[in-house]
Amino acid sequence: MTKVLDIPKVNAKNMTEKEFFYGHKACAGCGGSIAVRLALKVLGERTYSALPAGCMSAVGFIYPQMAFNSNAIITTFPGSASMAAGIAAGAKALGQEDFKTVVFAGDGGTADIGFQALSGMIDRNDDVLYICYDNEAYMNTGIQKSGLTPYGTKTTTTPAGQNIPGTVTHKKNLFEIIAAHDIQYAATASIGYPQDFLNKVNKAKHVKGASFIHVYASCPTGWGTPTETSVEIAKDAVDCGLIFLAEYEDGEYKLNRNPKEFRSVEDYLKKQGRFKHMSDADIQCVIENRDKKWERMRKNWL
Amino acid sequence: MKNNKVFISGDEAVAQGVRLSRPHVVAAYPITPQTITVERLSEMVEAGEMDAEYMHVESEHSAISATMGASAVGARTFTASSSQGLLYMAEGLHYCSGGRWPVVMMNANRSVALPWSIYGDQRDSLSLLDSGWIQVYVEDAQEALDMIIQAYKIAEHKDVLTPMMVNLDGFILTHTYELVEIPDQEMVDHFLPAFETPNKMSFENPKNLGFSSRPDDNTEFKYQQNEAMFNAIDVIHKTDKDFADMFGRKYHGMVEEYMCEDADVVLVALGSVCGTVRVVIDKMRAEGKKVGLLKIRYMRPFPVEEVKDLAKRVKAIGVIDKDISFGYEGTVYTNVNSAISQIDKYVFKSNFVGGLGGRDITKAEIEDMYNKLYAGLENKSEETVEFFSLNVESND
Repeated sequence: MTKVLDIPKVNAKNMTEKEFFYGHKACAGCGGSIAVRLALKVLGERTYSALPAGCMSAVGFIYPQMAFNSNAIITTFPGSASMAAGIAAGAKALGQEDFKTVVFAGDGGTADIGFQALSGMIDRNDDVLYICYDNEAYMNTGIQKSGLTPYGTKTTTTPAGQNIPGTVTHKKNLFEIIAAHDIQYAATASIGYPQDFLNKVNKAKHVKGASFIHVYASCPTGWGTPTETSVEIAKDAVDCGLIFLAEYEDGEYKLNRNPKEFRSVEDYLKKQGRFKHMSDADIQCVIENRDKKWERMRKNWL
Repeated sequence: MKNNKVFISGDEAVAQGVRLSRPHVVAAYPITPQTITVERLSEMVEAGEMDAEYMHVESEHSAISATMGASAVGARTFTASSSQGLLYMAEGLHYCSGGRWPVVMMNANRSVALPWSIYGDQRDSLSLLDSGWIQVYVEDAQEALDMIIQAYKIAEHKDVLTPMMVNLDGFILTHTYELVEIPDQEMVDHFLPAFETPNKMSFENPKNLGFSSRPDDNTEFKYQQNEAMFNAIDVIHKTDKDFADMFGRKYHGMVEEYMCEDADVVLVALGSVCGTVRVVIDKMRAEGKKVGLLKIRYMRPFPVEEVKDLAKRVKAIGVIDKDISFGYEGTVYTNVNSAISQIDKYVFKSNFVGGLGGRDITKAEIEDMYNKLYAGLENKSEETVEFFSLNVESND
């Protein structure tokens, strides 16, 4: 892997003016589309993008209005990692050099139905960057629970009522599951911390082999938040400690951000329609789960 | 031509055909009775006899997804499967034909669970007739090898651009050793030039593929896909002729007739059972019975003209189905029957369903079918559908 110091930094000042994802039909304030737009600016023109069924493919590829200005393809829902791996293998076999293949898949497409193919892709160390934009439910089909929907969330398949208080499971520990494959490079990010995300995409771009970024991407439609607060809420999630910024590289975990004090979890939750119904006990459960996780991360990853 | 015959199994013959076709990417997941093919291919890659990316995918779904991805950048691809694996690919099969990616696949025809059976019948591929793949069924190992090479030529043709499945009966063909002529690489290279397609992503001409379409456009895409499948008929005939001119082996395109010129009673079948039928025909012909065989090679596109032409000439047609569409009849029979119904003539028809889950179809059973066809004809019977050699009471 190229040494980090040798990679020229990409930031708001020097990044390309060129747009690779525009004219799409995403909802106002869509966090997923911000993640795709920023990542493609780092990855550049010589990119093959592969997207499974999901929000970004649904809003980007409606014939004849194509929203990607570089090569892009919709994949089977469970097969985004394998189709991307096939693209990388085919292009390599045809003698192409100096290009990147990237997947943009949602939380359901990654942690649920696409997980087997993703695990195979990492196992084979295929030359693919897999970016999971996590908006914490199946948003494209109308806000149903996925394996990355957090505890307490009200979705259309986990309604909050008298008997069941919404989602009763916690998010799958996706980042560590990916790292457990001993992948060359994996990271978590949030569109609320865009420079951190750009740096990580830039780093992953230079990995020869499989790499993975789990980026937290808000969804005003599914979360019940004002469209203009998408970036702010994705930053809040990190600042209150429910989302963490970390990397796994050369077999080591690294916590990129270790706040002395967390902002209020309750404030973060109460801003969002999907959590409004949560009881004090349920909020306490979320906080306890967060603290347990941070205790472990601080002990092992610092 | 120099003689280069080797004693190999059907699976190995397929692997030789793949090697000679020079795919860029091979992605496959093991399943009995396809495994020998993918093992040989990995050995060829290891030995440097094949310059291909061999992808050890974690499932059949990923095998078809990976080959589609590679095809979408203009690479020639190969995958192989069977039975449960083919069904696990089902989503990808439709996706691949809709994307117009000319992936070539070998399918080792095997029964479908439940009950589990690793042995042969044709329920796997026939249940996917509507997935938009060209489907050819071969009779021996030589034909398997030759059809892999032809498959690339047909599938990649600019007027076709449709994936193709080469079907060979599990164990009866995949695991049986035969003398097989291995074509010369230079001649294959001449017969099968490099894959060129406008339907690909590239940095010179970036594209968005695999898109959605609105109700306004969807029917037009499907219409074009259907036209491409019909276009394949001419390409199949031309490829068969070109192949015969170069390699000296002719397979007669969509169907092959055996002793049909003056036949009264004909059996229609797919794949390896045709060999047994030929032996029975020789015996019955010697006894003065005017019997014949129509070997259907292509189930898609369907040889409708050939079946109609045959039906005009004969008095009775029986169809052997190693499959059953539950609640109706055998799938091959449904297709043949639909073609026969287009001509204005009485033909006695009968459907013989059997050979499921690997049960052998014997010479005696085939002779019995011919005799039943004669009897039905004599009695001017209505058509019949029967499970032959059934060991339980039939409801009929």
